[in-house]
Amino acid sequence: MTTETPSEALLQVRDLTVTFATPRGPLDAVRSLDLDLEPGGALGIVGESGSGKSMTSLAIMGLQPRAARRTGSVRLRGQELVGMSEAELRRVRGDRVAMVFQDPLSSLNPYYTVGLQIEEAYRAHRPGVTRREAHKVAIAALERVHIRDAAVRVNHYPHQFSGGMRQRVMIAMALSTEPELLIADEPTTALDVTVQAQILDLLQEIRHETGTGLVLITHDLAVVSEITDHIVVMKDGVCVERGAVEQIFTSPQHPYTQALLDAVPRIDDEIGELRAVAPSATPTNGGPA
Amino acid sequence: MMPSQTDLTAARTTGSAVESGTGDTAEAPAADQAAGALRAGAGGTWQALRHDVGAMLGLGYIVLVTLVAIFAPVLTSISGWTPYEFDQTAIDPNLGGMPIGPWGGMGAEHWLGVEPGSGRDIFARIVYGARVSMSIALSATALTTVLGVSLGLVAGYFGGRVDLVISRIMDFLMAFPALIFMIAVLSALPASNRSGLLVVVISVFGWPYLARIVRGQTMSLAQREFVEAARAAGASGTRIVFREILPNLRSTIIVMSTLAVPGYIGTEAGLSFLGVGVVPPAPSWGQMIAASVKWYAVDPAYFVVPGVCLFLLVLSFTVLGDRLRAVVDAQEGR
Amino acid sequence: MPRFLLTRISSGLVVLLLVCLFTYLVFFALSPDPAVQICGKNCTPELIDQIRANLGLDQPFWTQFFLFVVGIFAGRTYGDGASTVDCAAPCLGYSFQSSQAVWDMIVQRLPVSATVAVGAAVLWLLAGLVGGLLSAVKEGTFLDRFTTGLTLTSMSIPNYVLALVLQYVLVVQLQWLPFPQAVAFADDPVQWFLNFVMPWIVLAVGYAAAYTRLTRANVLDVLRENYVRTAYAKGLPQSLIWRRHALRPALTPVVTIFGMDFAGLLGGALITETVFGINGVGKMAADSIARNDQPVIMGVTLLAGFLVVVGNIVVDVVYTAIDPRVRVNA
Repeated sequence: MTTETPSEALLQVRDLTVTFATPRGPLDAVRSLDLDLEPGGALGIVGESGSGKSMTSLAIMGLQPRAARRTGSVRLRGQELVGMSEAELRRVRGDRVAMVFQDPLSSLNPYYTVGLQIEEAYRAHRPGVTRREAHKVAIAALERVHIRDAAVRVNHYPHQFSGGMRQRVMIAMALSTEPELLIADEPTTALDVTVQAQILDLLQEIRHETGTGLVLITHDLAVVSEITDHIVVMKDGVCVERGAVEQIFTSPQHPYTQALLDAVPRIDDEIGELRAVAPSATPTNGGPA
Repeated sequence: MMPSQTDLTAARTTGSAVESGTGDTAEAPAADQAAGALRAGAGGTWQALRHDVGAMLGLGYIVLVTLVAIFAPVLTSISGWTPYEFDQTAIDPNLGGMPIGPWGGMGAEHWLGVEPGSGRDIFARIVYGARVSMSIALSATALTTVLGVSLGLVAGYFGGRVDLVISRIMDFLMAFPALIFMIAVLSALPASNRSGLLVVVISVFGWPYLARIVRGQTMSLAQREFVEAARAAGASGTRIVFREILPNLRSTIIVMSTLAVPGYIGTEAGLSFLGVGVVPPAPSWGQMIAASVKWYAVDPAYFVVPGVCLFLLVLSFTVLGDRLRAVVDAQEGR
Repeated sequence: MPRFLLTRISSGLVVLLLVCLFTYLVFFALSPDPAVQICGKNCTPELIDQIRANLGLDQPFWTQFFLFVVGIFAGRTYGDGASTVDCAAPCLGYSFQSSQAVWDMIVQRLPVSATVAVGAAVLWLLAGLVGGLLSAVKEGTFLDRFTTGLTLTSMSIPNYVLALVLQYVLVVQLQWLPFPQAVAFADDPVQWFLNFVMPWIVLAVGYAAAYTRLTRANVLDVLRENYVRTAYAKGLPQSLIWRRHALRPALTPVVTIFGMDFAGLLGGALITETVFGINGVGKMAADSIARNDQPVIMGVTLLAGFLVVVGNIVVDVVYTAIDPRVRVNA
C-alpha cells in the first residue's frame, strides 16, 4: 500500500515547510515534512510543544499565521492545496477537511449558541440551506456525539457545557459537513483523564462509522496508540521517526522517541496490548524513515 | 479622566511579570533569578527606549521643563522681568491694554510678549507656571503611587475582609463624580494652601486606578513559587509584600505612574482654568489660558504660548508612557 | 434578573447617599456662613438669625442632612408661620443668587447639555470606531502609525486650548463659522446648529482618540482569539468572520465605557460649556462656583452622581443583553 498513485491517498504531504521571517533571519517551524494517509486511515503526529506539530495541522489547511510562508505540497485526494486561492481554500476548510482544537472553551465563540456555530459551519458549505434545515443538522450532529437533550442543548451557550461536552460540540461541528478528513489537535489535553477516554472513544467510533480519515496531533503517545495505526514523531519541526504504532512502541529508533515513550506512564500495559495485535498485516509507512 | 480609561484597558495587558527561572530549579534561587531578570529588564527597557525618537523627544521636553522650573529665578533674572511686575510701557492704553508690537509684544525686552491689560512678562509667568504644573503633577503622582501601591498590595496579598473594605472604597471612589466634586471641595475650601489641597484632592480620587491593577497582580504573584518559598522559609507578611512582591511590580508601577502624570497636569490646569486651582497672582498655565479667553480674537499669542507649553508637556508624558508600556509589554512576552 | 437589578439599584442608592453626605459635609464644615452671604449689604444680626432659621441652618448637622435628603424625595417646606416656601418633591433647595429652585434651574438647562453630549457622542463614536477598525485592519502600516500618533496628540490637547484654537482659526481667521449667538432652535435652526459645531468637535476629539485606541486594541485582541481561528477553520466567509466573530466581542467593552462617558457628560461639560458660553448645566455649575452658590453646586454634584449611577446600571443591563455569559450567571 504505497502512495505512488496520488489519487488513492486521502492526504499526501510532501516536503512541507513553514518558514517565519524573523529579525534574525528565516526560521523553519516545519521543515521538509512528508505525511501519508489512506482514506479512512488514522495518523498520529507526536511531539512536544514547539515541535511544529500544531503548525503542521494549520499549514495543511492553509491557516498558518500571516507572517509564515508555506512551501511544498499538500494534496487532498490528489488535489493540490498549496498555492490555492483563499476562496478555493475556504471551500475546502470545514467542508472536506475539518478541525478540532485543543481548548474547546476558547475555540467556541462565547457570544453565540453552539447551535448557531454548528449551523454557520454547515451553511457556509451548503448554499441555499435554510436556517431551519441547518438547525436540524445541528441537532442531529449533537445527537451523534451523544449529547443528551440535543434539541434543548442546541440553544445553549458554550459556557453552559462542561469541558468534555464542549469538545463533543467541537467534534459535532466538525462532523456536520461530513468531512473526508478530520484533524484533531490535542483534542483531549485540556480535559480530565476520564473525559479524555470518552472523547477518544468517540473519535474512534466516528471513524469506524463514517470512514473519515483522522490526523491526531498530540504530545501523548498513549493517546495515539489507542486510535491511530501510524505515527510520525516530530522534533524541532522535523520528522525524526515514523512507522506503525507497534513498531514505534516496540523498537523506537530515535532517542527522542524513546524519551517520549518513557514519559508514558502506562507504557507496559500498552505494549502488552500492542504486542497482542502486532502480527496484523499493517505495513510500515511508505515514506522515508 | 478620559485617558485613564484607555490606559486602564490597555494596562490589562500588563499581565504576567517576568517568568524566567521558576520551572524546575530549586525554589529559593528561583526568586533570585526572577529578580535578576528584572534588573536586566530595566537595562533592556532603557536600551529599547533610547532608539525611540518619540520617547526621546518627550523625555527631552520633560527634562527641559523640569530644568526651567528649577532654575526659574535664574532665568527671570536673565530676562529681566519677574512674573509679578507690571510693564505699562509694553501695552497700549488706547487699545484697551493691547500689547504693543506684533505677536503679543514679543521682542528683545519681553521674549514671549506681555499680558494684555497688565503688561506682565509672559516668559516669566511661563517659567514660574512650569514650577506649579510640574510640582503639583509630580507630587500628586507620588502620593497616588504611594497610596495606590500600598493599598493595592495590602488588598491583594491579605485578601479577606481587608480586601473587601479596600475594594468597596475603590468602587465608590471610581463611581464618584470626581471632577465636579473636586471643584466643589476646592471652591468651598479657603484659598490659603491651594497647591497642597490640589495634590491631596487629585490623589484621593486617583489612587484606585493604580490600586486596582496592583491588587490584581499581587493576587497572582502571591500564588507563585518564590513567594511560597519565602513563606515556607518563615518570612513575615510585610517582608514578603515589600521584598518579594513589590520588586516584581516595578515595571507596572513605573508605566502606570508615567501615564498618570499627563492626566494630573491636565487636571491641575483644568481646575486652575476654572478658577479653583492655584490662586492668582501665582502664575499657572491653566490660569493663563483662562485669562486669555477674553483676548483670543485680538491677541492669539496670549493663549498660544501657554497652550503650546501645556500641550507639549502632556503629549511628552503621554508618548513616553505609551512607549514605555509597549517596551515593557514586549519584554514580558505579550 | 429583577433580583440582580434590585441589588444594583440599592448599591447605587448607597453611592448616591454617600455622595450627598460627602458634599454636604464639605459645605457644612468648610464654607463660610451662607446666611451672611444671602443677607447681603443691609444686614442685621436678627435678619441673619431669621434666614438661618428659615433655611434650617440653626439645626445640628445630622438634622440638616436628614431634612435635605427627605426633601429630595418628599419635598420640604422652608420657614414657618406666615412666610413659608413650599419646595416640591425633588427639592434641592434654592439658589442663593437667583432664589430660583435648583431643580428647576437644572431641568431648564439639561436639554442644552444633552444636545452637547449627544452631538459629541455621535462624532466620537463614529470617529473612534472607524479609526480603531481601520487601524486594526491595517495594523503596522503607515495608516496605523499615523492614527496612533494622531490619537496620542488628540488625547494631549486640553479641550479649552483646542476650543480657543478652533475659535480663532474657524471663526476669526477663516470665518467658516459665525460667532456664537444665543438663538432658539425654532427662530434660526442654522445658527443654532452652527453654535454647537465647535463644542461638539472639542468634546469629541479626546473621546474619539480614546475610543480609537480602545477599539483597535480590542479588535486585535479578538482576532488572536481561538474562536476566530475556529471560524477560519470552518471555512466561513471573511465578511462573516469579521462581522460575527470579531466585531461583536471587540465592541462589547466599548459599550460599557460609552455608557459611563455619556452619563458623565450629560451632567454638564463644565469647561467646554464655559468656553463657548453655552447655557447648560456645566456652565451653571462653573458660574455657581465663581459665586459660591452652594445649593446649586450641590445640586449639580448630586445630578452628576445620579447620572453616573444610572449610567452604571443601564450599562449592566445592556451588558446582560449582549454578553450571554453574564446573562446566565446573573
